Amino acid sequence: MNYLNETIDSLHEKLANKEITSKDLTQDTLKTINDSEDTYNAFVTVNKDAVKDAEKVDADGIKGSLSGIPIAIKDNILTDGLLTTASSKILSNFMPVYSATVVEKLKAAGAINAGKTNLDEFAMGSSTETSYYGTSHNAWDTTKVPGGSSGGSAAAVANGDVVAALGTDTGGSIRQPSAFNGIFGIKPTYGRVSRWGVIAFASSLDQVGVMSKRVEDSATVLSTIAGHDDHDSTSSNKEVPDYRANLNKDMTGIKIAVPKEFWHEGTNPELLKQIDATIETYKKLGATVEEVSLPTLKHAVEVYYVIASSEASSNLQRYDGVRYGFRAKDVKNIKELFVNSRSEGFGDEVKRRIMLGTFALSAGAYDAYFKKAAEVRTLFINEMSAVLDKYDLIAGPSTTTTAFGIGDKIDDPLAMYMNDILTIPANLAGLPAASVPAGLADGMPVGLQLIAKPFDEQTIFNAAYALQEENKFYEKIPTSLKGED
Amino acid sequence: MNFETTIGLEVHVELKTKSKMFSPSPVAYGAESNVNTNVIDFGFPGVLPSVNKEGYRLGVMVALALNAQIEEHTHFDRKNYFYPDNPKAYQLTQHEKPLAHDGYIEIEVDGKKSKVGIEELHVEEDAGKNTHGNSGYSYVDLNRQGTPLIEIVSKADMHSPEEAYAYLEKLRQIVQFTGASDVKMEEGSMRVDTNISISPAGSDTYGTKVELKNLNSFNFVRLGLAYEEKRQAAIIKNGGTIGQETRRFDEKSGETVLMRVKSGADDYRYFPEPDLPKFSIDPSWIKQIKDELPEPAHERRVRYINELGIPEYDAGVLTDTKEMSDFFDATVDFGANPKLVSNWLMGEVNGYLNEKKLGLLETKLTPENLATMIKLISDGTISSKIAKKVFQETISNGTEPEGWVKEKGLVQESDPAVLKPMIMDILDNNQQSIDDFKNGKDRAVGFLIGQIMKQTHGQANPKVVNKILMEELNSR
Repeated sequence: MNYLNETIDSLHEKLANKEITSKDLTQDTLKTINDSEDTYNAFVTVNKDAVKDAEKVDADGIKGSLSGIPIAIKDNILTDGLLTTASSKILSNFMPVYSATVVEKLKAAGAINAGKTNLDEFAMGSSTETSYYGTSHNAWDTTKVPGGSSGGSAAAVANGDVVAALGTDTGGSIRQPSAFNGIFGIKPTYGRVSRWGVIAFASSLDQVGVMSKRVEDSATVLSTIAGHDDHDSTSSNKEVPDYRANLNKDMTGIKIAVPKEFWHEGTNPELLKQIDATIETYKKLGATVEEVSLPTLKHAVEVYYVIASSEASSNLQRYDGVRYGFRAKDVKNIKELFVNSRSEGFGDEVKRRIMLGTFALSAGAYDAYFKKAAEVRTLFINEMSAVLDKYDLIAGPSTTTTAFGIGDKIDDPLAMYMNDILTIPANLAGLPAASVPAGLADGMPVGLQLIAKPFDEQTIFNAAYALQEENKFYEKIPTSLKGED
Repeated sequence: MNFETTIGLEVHVELKTKSKMFSPSPVAYGAESNVNTNVIDFGFPGVLPSVNKEGYRLGVMVALALNAQIEEHTHFDRKNYFYPDNPKAYQLTQHEKPLAHDGYIEIEVDGKKSKVGIEELHVEEDAGKNTHGNSGYSYVDLNRQGTPLIEIVSKADMHSPEEAYAYLEKLRQIVQFTGASDVKMEEGSMRVDTNISISPAGSDTYGTKVELKNLNSFNFVRLGLAYEEKRQAAIIKNGGTIGQETRRFDEKSGETVLMRVKSGADDYRYFPEPDLPKFSIDPSWIKQIKDELPEPAHERRVRYINELGIPEYDAGVLTDTKEMSDFFDATVDFGANPKLVSNWLMGEVNGYLNEKKLGLLETKLTPENLATMIKLISDGTISSKIAKKVFQETISNGTEPEGWVKEKGLVQESDPAVLKPMIMDILDNNQQSIDDFKNGKDRAVGFLIGQIMKQTHGQANPKVVNKILMEELNSR
C-alpha cells in the first residue's frame, strides 16, 4: 500500500482498532520505498531497524496519534545509530552517537523512523541536485526536480512513501519543494522547534518543520516536535498548542495582506493565475484581502546570501577530517589533512558558499557585507512586523516558477538563488510560513505561501485547512503515479 | 642612547566551575585523555552551546575585584581558526562587547606606587591539547576544551620587567582572594602572554611590539622581558630595526627565540555567535556579586594588624595566599589566640611545608586541630616541647590533639598537690643543693628541676615546678 489516500488519523484508527499492526504498516512502508526508489531517489538511507522498532511499539500498545506510524526524516537531522550524511561526501560515513531532539520527541510519541531523505548537500540548494547521492525526482514529472533542499522529503510524501516527513528550512527549503510537489509544508517560527542535533547550515535562519499531503497531519507532527529544549538556547519557552485539535476553517474576519512585490514580474503567469484564484477563494470564505508593500524585499536575496553563507562558512569549519567523517588519504601534515579532506569532501555549491561567507566575514569586508546585511535584515524585520501588526496573514506565491527540469539551472547559481526570493523573507524575519497546494499550472503543482505573526502557526494551519477543504487538492494523483494500484 | 620600555600583559585565568563554559562536561585537571568530554566538546554535527551562568558570575567577580566596569548588554562572538585542538574550528569569546572594561591594579616597586590600567576582561572557552607521539602520530585531548577562561588584558602601562612581575603577583593575589580561580601557573590555570616594545627615551611613538610567549612562571616573565629589553636595545643601537614577531622564552638558555614573524594581522573573522541569544546583565545581579565578594587581601591585612594585633610583616605573610589567610581566619574562629596562630603558621607550619614541599591544603592539618593544640599549650595541658610532637602527629596524620595527648599520656603535670610531695622528697634528699642555693649558686636550681623532670618523665609543668621549688627553697 502507499499513503496517497491515508492520513495520520485514518492510520491511527486502523492501528488502534487492531485492523493492522505497526509492524505490517512499517513492512509495507519499507516495501513501498524500495519499489519507488528507482524512480524518485527520495532516500539516502532506509531504516533497516524500522520493523524492529514497530514490533516494540506494537508490544507496548498503540497510544498517541503518531504511535506506530512511519515518518521520514531529512538526512541533516541526527539519528542515533543510523547514518546521517547531510547528503555530503564529507559525512558519508558519519554515524551519530546521539539523536536530534525532534527525533527523540517523535520516538517518544511512538512514531517509526522510516528512513533518511535526500537533500541538497548541507541543505544548500533548491533542487537536490547538489546531493552527493544524486537528484531526487518530482512525482508530477520525473524529469523535473522535486525542489530543495528538502526535496527527498517532498518526493517521499508526494509519491506516497510516508504520510509525513521532517524537513528543514533556512531560506525556503520546506516551502519550495512542498510547492513543487503539491503538498503542504510548514516552517515554524524561529525558536519554535529545537535545533539540537540538526546539522547547522545557517544558525540564525535554520528551523525544522513538517511536510505532509494533509494540513492536519503537519499540525499533529508539529505539536509533537515543538517546544523548549534546554540544549537549544534559541528555543522558545512559549507553550505549544494542540494545532490539530484547534483547527478551525472559519475565515470570517481574517485579514490577509498581499505584498505587491510578491507578484514579481518574472513570475510564471499561469502560476500567478492559480494564486489569484486562491486569493479569491479566501475572499469568498469571508477573509478581507488588501494589497501592501514590502519595499525592502528587493534586497532580500543579497541579505540572505551574505548572512546564510557567513554563518555556514563558520558552521562547516568543523568538518576537518580530524574527529569524524571523510578524511583525505596520503596527507603529509596537518594543513594537508584539513585542506585535502575539505577539498575532496565538499561539493561545488558548498565550497562556493563557504568562500562567499569567508569573504563576507573577513576583516576588510565585514562592515560592507556582513554588518550591512545584518542592518538591512533589521529593517526588513521591522517592515514585516509593521504589516503583521495590521494583518493576520501575508499571502502570495511560494515560488516564482513551478518545478524546473533537472539540469536546467544547476550551472546558473544566480538564477537558482533568485528562486528563493519569495521564501527568504520569513527566514530573515524568523516568522512562521507555509506552502499550501493551490492548483496546477501547466500540469505542475503551485503553492500558496502563508506567513503569520511569530508563534501564530495556528492561523496558518487554519487558513491552509480552509483552502484544503475547498480545493481538495490532495485528491489529485501525481502524474507519475497514475495507473498504479 | 637610553630607552623606554613599554609592556602590556594578556593573562588567561581558568575560572573554577564544576562544568565547562558551554557544555555540561566536568572541569578537572589531570584526568585520563578525553574522559571529561561530550558531543559538544567534540564539535559533533548538530550540537549547540549553553552558557554556564556560574562561569559568567565568576568572571564578573574577577572584573569587580579589578575595579572594572561591567558591560550590561553583551553577547558571545565566534573567533574562527583551524587547529586540531579546536574542534568547532571556532572559539567562543567576547570580542565586540567584553564582559568588563577599564579596571586597574595598584602595584608597588621599590617603594614606588603606581596604577596599571586594565583595558578589558572577557570570558571565553579554552582549547584542547595536542601532544606529539614518537609514532609520527599526534594526539588530541579535549578534556580542557571548553574550560571557562577569563582573559585580562592590561593597558601598556608597565615600563620595566619588575613592574610586570609586580602586576602579575598582585593580579594573582587579587584573583585568588575572590576564589574564582586557583591561579596556578604550574597547572595552567593562569597563563601569561606579554607584549614588549622599546623606544628612545623621550620619543612620543612606541617601538615595534614583540610578542613573548611560553612563560611558565612569573620569574620567567621577568627574565624574558629583561632579555628582550637588552636584545631590542642592541639591535637599535646597531642601526637595525625590530621585527614584528612572536618569540618564546627558552628556560634553559634564558634567551628568547623566534617562533614566527607576523605578516599582517590574523583574520579571525569574528562575528556574533548565532547559537546563543544576546543577553543583558541585571544590575541587581552585579550588585549582589559585589556584595558577596570575599574580603580582599589588603583589607584582611589591615584587619589583622588593627583588630588582631598581628605585626605588619606577619600580616603580610599571612595574606600572601588565600589558603594561608583562610586557614588563619578559620583557626582564630575556633577560639585560638591570633598571635599564637600566626606564630605557628609562620614558624612550624611553614617550616613543615618547605621541608616536605607541600601546599597547606595538601597536609592533614585542620584549623580545628591547630586551634585545639594551641589551646592545650595556653592552658598548660601540654608543654611546648610536647607540642612539637603533637604538631608532627596532627599535621602528618590529622590526629585530634586533645584525645591523642591523653591517650599517649603526654598531658603535662600541673597539679601542685601531685608535684609538691615529689619536690619535698627531692629536696629532702639533696641538702647539698639547698646549701649551694643559699650560698648564691643558682646552678643548684637547674639541677633540682632536672631531678624533678627526670622523675616525672618530663611531664611536670616547669612553671608550676619552678614556683613550688622557689617557695620551698626560700622557706627552708
